[in-house]
Amino acid sequence: MRAAWTVCRRECSAYFASPIAYIVIVIFLLVVGWFFFSTLFLFNQASLRAFFRMLPIVFAFVVPAVTMRQFAEEFHTGSYEILFTLPLRLADIVLGKFLACTVFLAALLAPTLAYPLLVGTLGDLDIGPVIGGYLGALLLGAAFAAVGLFASALTRSQIVAFLTGCAICFALCLVDQMAFFLPEAAARPLAHLAADLHFENIARGLVDTRDVLYFASLGFVALSATALVLHEKHA
Amino acid sequence: MIRVEELTKTFGSVRAVDGISFEVRRGEILGLLGPNGAGKTTTLRMLTGFLAPTSGRIRVGDYTTAANPLEVKKITGYLPESAPLYPEMLVFDFLAFTADLRGIAPGERLRRIEEAAALCGIREVMHLPIAEISKGYKQRVGLAAVMLGDPEILVLDEPTSGLDPNQIVEIREIIRRIGKAKTVVFSTHILSEAEATCDRVVIIHRGKIAADSPTAELKEALGGKSRLALLLEGADAAAVEARLAGIPGVEGVAAAPPDEAGRVAVAVALAGGADPRAEIYRRIRGTDWTLLEFHLQRQSLEEVFRELTREG
Repeated sequence: MRAAWTVCRRECSAYFASPIAYIVIVIFLLVVGWFFFSTLFLFNQASLRAFFRMLPIVFAFVVPAVTMRQFAEEFHTGSYEILFTLPLRLADIVLGKFLACTVFLAALLAPTLAYPLLVGTLGDLDIGPVIGGYLGALLLGAAFAAVGLFASALTRSQIVAFLTGCAICFALCLVDQMAFFLPEAAARPLAHLAADLHFENIARGLVDTRDVLYFASLGFVALSATALVLHEKHA
Repeated sequence: MIRVEELTKTFGSVRAVDGISFEVRRGEILGLLGPNGAGKTTTLRMLTGFLAPTSGRIRVGDYTTAANPLEVKKITGYLPESAPLYPEMLVFDFLAFTADLRGIAPGERLRRIEEAAALCGIREVMHLPIAEISKGYKQRVGLAAVMLGDPEILVLDEPTSGLDPNQIVEIREIIRRIGKAKTVVFSTHILSEAEATCDRVVIIHRGKIAADSPTAELKEALGGKSRLALLLEGADAAAVEARLAGIPGVEGVAAAPPDEAGRVAVAVALAGGADPRAEIYRRIRGTDWTLLEFHLQRQSLEEVFRELTREG
C-alpha cells in the first residue's frame, strides 16, 4: 500500500510537470463553462442541473485524455521495465496510477466549485443536489479513469489508448439511448449499464447504494482487467 | 547465487532462448556475450522476473523467480538497455522515488542517495531533469538507482551501448568497483569489454550456450594457438619455410612470396603452450636475412567468438 502511495505521488507530480495537464484543465473548464453559462440565465433557476447533465459526455472525452499516458508512455519509453522490476506488486502499480488519475480529476473539478458559490449568491440554491453532483462526478470520474487505464495498458500508443478509452466511456454514456431499438427484454438490463443514468440519480441528491455500487463495480472490473492485461505481458 | 536450469522462452514460433543452463557464483562478474538477437536481453529479463520463462527454472539465492518474484526483486537491481528513466523527473527526485519503492527509511534516504551519487559520480547533475543529461550520465544515474537498494545481484543489459569511449571506460570502472562487493551479470556484444571486466564469460548464440568458462580459460582453451608474425628482408619463401620447420613447438610455417620491396611476411603457427621464440630467433640470426618484425599474436576473444558463433 505504501508502494501504491509512492507511485501515486510520482504520477501526480508528473502530471503537473507537463503542459498537457494544464491544457486539459483549460479545455475542460472552457467547454463546461460555456454549457453552464449559456443556459444559466435562460432558465432563470438557481441550480447546477445544466452543468451536471453535460458532465458524463464531457468526462467521456476528458478522462481518457487524462489517463492515456499512464501505461502507454511507459511502454513507449521502456521505463515500465524498471518500474516492474522494482520490488512492488502489480496491484500497487495499478492502484497508484489510478489514485493519481482520481486526484487529478478532483483538481480538474475544483475550479468549478465557483459555480455553486456564484449561483448561491444569485438565488436560493438547494445544496443537496450540489453535494450529490460532486460526489457523483468523483465516482463517475474514478470509474472512467479505471476504464481509461485499461485502454492505456493495451497499447504503447497514447492516441490509440485515448480513442479506445473514449469509445468505451462514450458507449457507457449512450447505451440507454441506443437500446430503444432492441427488444424490451434486452433493452432493460442493458440500460442498467448506463453510466449517465446512475450519475443522474446521484446528482439529483439521491445517494442510492445501487448507483454507488455500479461505479464501484465498473471501477473494480476495469482495474482488474488492467492488472490482467499487464500480467499477460510478462507471461 | 544464481542457478539457471534448462531455461527456454518462445515468442510464437521463435525460440529466443533455447534450454540454457548456467550458474553465477556469489561475488562474480559474469559477462553474457553474444551477437545481437542471440537472446541476451530475453535471458536477463527472465532473471529479473520481468518475463516468465516458457519452461525451466531460475533460482536466485534461496528463491525461485516463479514462486517468490517479490523476494527476487528485492535482492536484484536491474538496469535495462539504454537506461529508460522517466525523462521529466529531476535526477534527485528519481533517486528518491527509487529509494521509497526500495523501502529505504526516510531518515536514511538522503545519506543513501549521497553514497550512490558519489559512487557513480553524478553529484553535479542531481538538480537536472533526466531528459537534459547526456547518455553517459543517464547510464550512471541508472546505476546509482540500482545501487540505492543495496542489492546483492546487479543485472545490467548492455550498460555501455551507445556511449563514447571515455564514457565506456568510466562505466566499466564503476562496474568493476561495484563488482568487488556484489554479484554482477551483464550483457554485451563487445568482446574486449567482457575481456576487460568479467571473471567469467557465457557466450550465447541463437538462444543456446556456445561457451561457458572463466575469461582466462576461454582464451587459453580456444586462443592457446598463438601465432608469430615475422617480416624478413632478403629472404625467399621456400628457404624460410625450410629453415623454420621442424623446430619443436612450431606447427606450421607459411611464408608469402616477397613483395615489391623484397620483404617476406611469415606466419608461424605455434602449438598450444609452446614458446619457441628463442630458437626461431637463433635460426634467423644464422642467415643474412634482416629481421624487420617479430611479434606474437594471441588469438583474441574476438576470433574465439567468431569461431564459436560462425553461421552454419
